[in-house]
Amino acid sequence: MTSGTFLGIPRRHRHEESPLRGETSFPKAAKTALANDQLRRNLKHATGTIRAKRALVVNEMPDWEQLRDAGAAVKTDVMARMPELLEQFEAKVIERGGVVHWAADAAEANAIVTELVRAQGVSEVIKVKSMATQEIGLNEYLEEQGIAAVETDLAELIVQLGHDKPSHILVPAIHRNRTEVRDIFLSEMTGVVEGLTDEPKQLAMAARSYLRAKFLSAKVAISGTNFGIAETGTVGVVESEGNGRMCVTLPETLITVMGIEKLLPRFEDLEVFLQLLPRSSTGERMNPYTSLWTGVTPGDGPQNFHIVLLDNGRTNALADQVGRAALHCIRCSACLNVCPVYERTGGHAYGSVYPGPIGAVLTPQLTGITGHDDPSASLPYASSLCGACYDVCPVKIPIPDLLVELRARAVDADRSRTIPGGWDAAMRAAAWVMSDAKRFAAVEKTLAVGRLVAGPDKLISTLPPPGSAWTRTRDMPAPPKQTFRQWWKESHPEGSIARSADPADTEQKDGHR
Amino acid sequence: MRIALIATCLGDALFPDVAKATTQLLERLGHEVVFPAEQVCCGQMHVNTGYLKEAVPVVEHHVEVFERARFDVAVAPSGSCVGSVRHQQAMVARRAGRTDLAERATALAGRTYELSELLVDVLGVTDVGAFYPHRVTYHPTCHSLRMLRVGDKPLQLLRAVEGIDLVELPGADQCCGFGGTFSIKNAATSSAMLADKVDNICSTGADRCTAGDASCLMNINGGLTRGEKGVQTVHLAQILNSTRERVAA
Repeated sequence: MTSGTFLGIPRRHRHEESPLRGETSFPKAAKTALANDQLRRNLKHATGTIRAKRALVVNEMPDWEQLRDAGAAVKTDVMARMPELLEQFEAKVIERGGVVHWAADAAEANAIVTELVRAQGVSEVIKVKSMATQEIGLNEYLEEQGIAAVETDLAELIVQLGHDKPSHILVPAIHRNRTEVRDIFLSEMTGVVEGLTDEPKQLAMAARSYLRAKFLSAKVAISGTNFGIAETGTVGVVESEGNGRMCVTLPETLITVMGIEKLLPRFEDLEVFLQLLPRSSTGERMNPYTSLWTGVTPGDGPQNFHIVLLDNGRTNALADQVGRAALHCIRCSACLNVCPVYERTGGHAYGSVYPGPIGAVLTPQLTGITGHDDPSASLPYASSLCGACYDVCPVKIPIPDLLVELRARAVDADRSRTIPGGWDAAMRAAAWVMSDAKRFAAVEKTLAVGRLVAGPDKLISTLPPPGSAWTRTRDMPAPPKQTFRQWWKESHPEGSIARSADPADTEQKDGHR
Repeated sequence: MRIALIATCLGDALFPDVAKATTQLLERLGHEVVFPAEQVCCGQMHVNTGYLKEAVPVVEHHVEVFERARFDVAVAPSGSCVGSVRHQQAMVARRAGRTDLAERATALAGRTYELSELLVDVLGVTDVGAFYPHRVTYHPTCHSLRMLRVGDKPLQLLRAVEGIDLVELPGADQCCGFGGTFSIKNAATSSAMLADKVDNICSTGADRCTAGDASCLMNINGGLTRGEKGVQTVHLAQILNSTRERVAA
């Protein structure tokens, strides 16, 4: 179980550097984002637009719920038969002239890809936007090795040129508006016309001419994949711009990095996912470009095809009930777009290439938790558990339930502490009070103090910590003079069977009324 | 019908008017209300904060109290507490290895309803004979909407209220930012969510914001009063309990 890393592994106080693990806890990182008005406006506009688009195209599907069930069933099957399906996939890729590499972690994957690029004698590669390569920090690694990796997805290119980090799974530059994009292009892109405006068409044309030169000269491309089909050894990329298709067809060598959970058993399973994915992610009925390739075809497309099968924490996650459920994720990002927390903070606050609700589940599963100060430990709390993420998930991942379970594990992991934390003490006391009516009634009496600190408007505007976190922006109501149970006794003196059997009742009558 | 009232811990201590209104409404509709007075809390706060072990005695107490009481159905004027009874109590018990308690909790949950569910689905009434002359906007609350799927039942009830001017709330299905201890642990994000909710409420021109959950209303009201927005919060039960003879706040 992955929770084993939580409980058993000695706590390290220095965070491992990884594109999966942040540097600061979520509440702290969120504050930075919340203070950035422009960022919040950009996010609100973008998520609002995409939410509305998704709702429109999903509501027109009469069998959407059945499709979700079908998607979930396929993924459950994949998780149950992972080893068998991986071997089948490997055999099929080899049979069709591809080369299969296995990478246990980011370091292995990066080394494999670097070797393959070097073997082609090039120092520049083009890339299809890929979460798997972001997860392993491939671009940064290649750069250290003297190889430039040029992102060809427009949004990914904006992020790359802006020396920025993606803040969304699907729309990496969601936090940028078009004026910011123009400024980035002007300062970072070679061959940009002077007087470039922030008109979308102009920006697209600038990127187009910049990328065209790269497509035509590149000998090696690197991609991720949306699916890996065990039955045929086929992999595929689903995208909106066609730039991905250029990458996977023009160069001589194509290297695909695939997280092992991306498997689908049968070719016909694509039917389900090619309906679920575009509607959930971009709000499109069908994505504009679906490229599928199987091994190599002499005289057509890349003549060398390599696939790197990436574990990087996935088999650990697979062995755990929460992790296994999270691995169902098809990276559509619908949960990000509906999440009220994500909408206010953006993706950077999560510190991981997987932000949003699914990131809050997946990231701690992939990284493990090294202790209290591990930013990954704060992620399961970065949700109000409103449940919007579950409603839109195309494969029905019960994200709120998983977040609750992860919170429970975090609490359980701390039970061995000799000095309990503030929350531990408070929750234990609260449980003691809330499992006995007499104790609860006694505590209710102490609430009367609240009436003293409240103003004439019966509102409390300042509370000591941790309540101060509440009263910084909100008032608290003063407790009423009479609790409900006191009112009940007055208004229902004849009582009821339930009431007359109540000891707390008698006690109050005798002592305090 | 003999209806057991779950006043909820927050309702009992801080918002007695909500449980009062629920009692009076059901009595006005001709039902017998019983209040198992040993009740305290459903365990939601502990569960959502991750203290599942601590939630066990709280859940067990809730189950025992209501098993002892004699009633046909139980009701809580709170979507989140009913959500907790229906979706979390058995899970808490199972996780603690208490299969017996999980079964008992599930049985009890089968007889427990949120107020609008009870009225519309069980009692078959949408017009409760209420009178409420205010411009009102309705916030659906996350747990009513998504955990319980109450749908438009609260709106059906509100539309039948005489004198009401019901106005649609923009971004209604977005969380108000409460989320229990989320409002403390991630106070800044919670406040940002609340600020948008308050803005949306004010944009409707309503003088009252209603919901089926006192906890969400506590959060919303905290933002409204701090911003001196001049909009009051009122629980759905209070509107439904309001009549020509007795007009609620």
